[in-house]
Amino acid sequence: MALTGLGIFKLTPKKNCKDCGFPTCLAFSMKVASGAAEISKCPHMSKESIEKLSEATAPLMKTITIGKGDTEYKLGGETVLFRHEKTFVNRNRFAVLLSENMEDSDIDTKIQHMKDMNYVRIGEEMKTEFVVLKYVSDKDKYLALINKVKSSGLKVAYILACEDTAVMKEALQLVKSENPLAYGANKDNFKDMVALVKQDNIPLGVKADDLKELYTLVENIQKLGYKNLVLDPGSKSIKQTFENTVQIRRINLQGEDRTFGYPSILFLNELAKGDKFQEVTLSTLFTLKYGSILVLSDMDYCRALPLYGIRQNIFTDPQKPMRVEVGVYGLNNADENSPVMCTVDFALTYFIVSGEVERSKVPVWMVIPDAGGYSVLTSWAAGKFTASVITDAIKNSGIEKKTKNRTLIIPGKVAVLKGELEESLPDWNVVVGTTEAMYIPKLLKGMAEK
Amino acid sequence: MFKKPIQKYTGKIGEVEIGTGEKAVKLGGESVLPFYSFDGNTGNTPKIGMEISDVYPEGWTNTLKELYKDVSNDTVKWAQFVEKKYSPDFICLRLVSADPNGKDSSPEDCAEKVKAVVEAIKTPLLVAGTGNHEKDAKLFEKIAQAAEGHNVLLMSAVEDNYKTVAAAGVLAYNNKVVAESSVDINLAKQINILINQLGIGNENVVDNVGCSAGGYGYEYVISTLDRVKLAALTQNDKTLQIPIISPVSSETWKSKESVEPEEEAPEWGNQEDRGISMEVAAAAGVLASGSNAIILRHPKSVEVMRSFISELLG
Repeated sequence: MALTGLGIFKLTPKKNCKDCGFPTCLAFSMKVASGAAEISKCPHMSKESIEKLSEATAPLMKTITIGKGDTEYKLGGETVLFRHEKTFVNRNRFAVLLSENMEDSDIDTKIQHMKDMNYVRIGEEMKTEFVVLKYVSDKDKYLALINKVKSSGLKVAYILACEDTAVMKEALQLVKSENPLAYGANKDNFKDMVALVKQDNIPLGVKADDLKELYTLVENIQKLGYKNLVLDPGSKSIKQTFENTVQIRRINLQGEDRTFGYPSILFLNELAKGDKFQEVTLSTLFTLKYGSILVLSDMDYCRALPLYGIRQNIFTDPQKPMRVEVGVYGLNNADENSPVMCTVDFALTYFIVSGEVERSKVPVWMVIPDAGGYSVLTSWAAGKFTASVITDAIKNSGIEKKTKNRTLIIPGKVAVLKGELEESLPDWNVVVGTTEAMYIPKLLKGMAEK
Repeated sequence: MFKKPIQKYTGKIGEVEIGTGEKAVKLGGESVLPFYSFDGNTGNTPKIGMEISDVYPEGWTNTLKELYKDVSNDTVKWAQFVEKKYSPDFICLRLVSADPNGKDSSPEDCAEKVKAVVEAIKTPLLVAGTGNHEKDAKLFEKIAQAAEGHNVLLMSAVEDNYKTVAAAGVLAYNNKVVAESSVDINLAKQINILINQLGIGNENVVDNVGCSAGGYGYEYVISTLDRVKLAALTQNDKTLQIPIISPVSSETWKSKESVEPEEEAPEWGNQEDRGISMEVAAAAGVLASGSNAIILRHPKSVEVMRSFISELLG
């Protein structure tokens, strides 16, 4: 933020009247500077001061909303360059590009792929969030393509990619109510483009030949009173696109320059030149480094499995570890004879443990209690993964009805709980498992042979 | 006004050379964040190593088993095949047979094997142990001796065994050693300092700060890399100015996404493609966050990552 606590203090009445709820004006100012209090809490501030302050304390990077209802996505609003400094806020989104000059069968296949690629991973629905509809040269075919996608049953937000304002005008008529991204403002057409989107406050995609030109263009668009923008840092080369994307975010957050305080759209389909694996590497790169909408040529599980997993990881708040849902999970077709394993609800632990169990191919029931979302030893040390927590999970999860097997395997790192568990779960044979997940298959196979 | 902020760098990653002769490679040497050529010197191009194993690769995907079917029962032939056909920057020989939970072959036998391989190829060699700290200590002592003069990279020394692995590897037999820690900047620092205290300089050490497949705690890997490189480059932390290697393949190829056969998950499509995709995704991310070398398994992944690196460096 541009203003310090002392800078804000100078604008307050300095009367320490406590009307804001804080003991002194200085204390209040410090809170405002740190973002913990709203400047409007002070009823004695002059109008000019409030205006000056709200401008200065506004976030450096805007949050832009595209789409509507089920397909509404927030982009941008980031505050740091590296996730460990605080957290990344709004995850990047994936788009697939269609254009009217593609073969119909090609378009149908891509639409079908988008429909097919849909799964849930740790409580998050993974799917293609956007479709880019790119105009090449045939207006009637282009409008027909938009209608086709609209009636296809695809649940996506729209990006209209078109630099011809006349065509954009007609295209917008078709999907205006869906709050699409109108992409294609350049140095020649920006006045007309702003005129098209301003009334409905539709987000506008902005492109230029280089960074300096983009900066001037954004300034000019802002002068028209329009600030609902998405920037395209793209260039012909991967190297230049990467530099532009990094520089935009640095100029914005480090240079505290709001001109570049907008999310980005990157046409990776063009940069990767049709190589799907290169789309994957570039998507990873721009998931880490400042891409907001990543446009691909197609979406399938081959691309999605690594990319959505990485995105989910990177956009986890470092202060709030990912947790799996408490409950019972049957692995490898567990049935009424399968043994039971218990571990913590920390997503990373669960994934590593369940991965090893799956590798063993031995049917197992996993019981996951509420252990606070930490690793085994951390949860245990915090008193959240104790014999009574495990006992409650066994008794309340319904596992005793799911299997007749009364073998309970606990993590090797909490071997100390064995005695207590044997007392609280007298029907169960408590087995101390391995201290490292990599040895689980050996343990399970050994037990299965017996 | 349009103004690019100036990024201040105060440190530089040291260089470590592995191998000998014309094909020797240098890791590290950069004084800016990865691929930030607009900020300054990006150092040596990130290096790509290919993984082979000293036993028949039972757990590898069918296409790879097919690809290597004529050579995978003979480690020397396999190494020569990979060198000739794919010319990777280095070869990673994983001593699967030494695993105490498996065949448990003796350090002497393994050392002989390593000697035969290193003498048969010109490409720099990295020798990966079993992950069992006790066994690795015994293993690397013998291997370091057998590979003396070839400047191989031994992976890895950990807190439990660095005294043996690093001392034998570097001090006694002049090889290089990987210092392994587990996704935490302070642990990375600690193992480096411990190794330094043996009288081993940074020029003999490569760090493995941890690696994972995408979706499996990858955020810890990325944030550790980010933090280590920022500390080394912008705070001039000398204990972290060490090039980093990421063993990508051994993590990604055991993930469910790579292992699940197509019959079990028809909607996921071609298993081999999924495996490559998981491998290149994880590789791209660690390179973008500061790895100076990656270990890969699939030849297609090597090709994709070569092009990724050269495109980004331009």
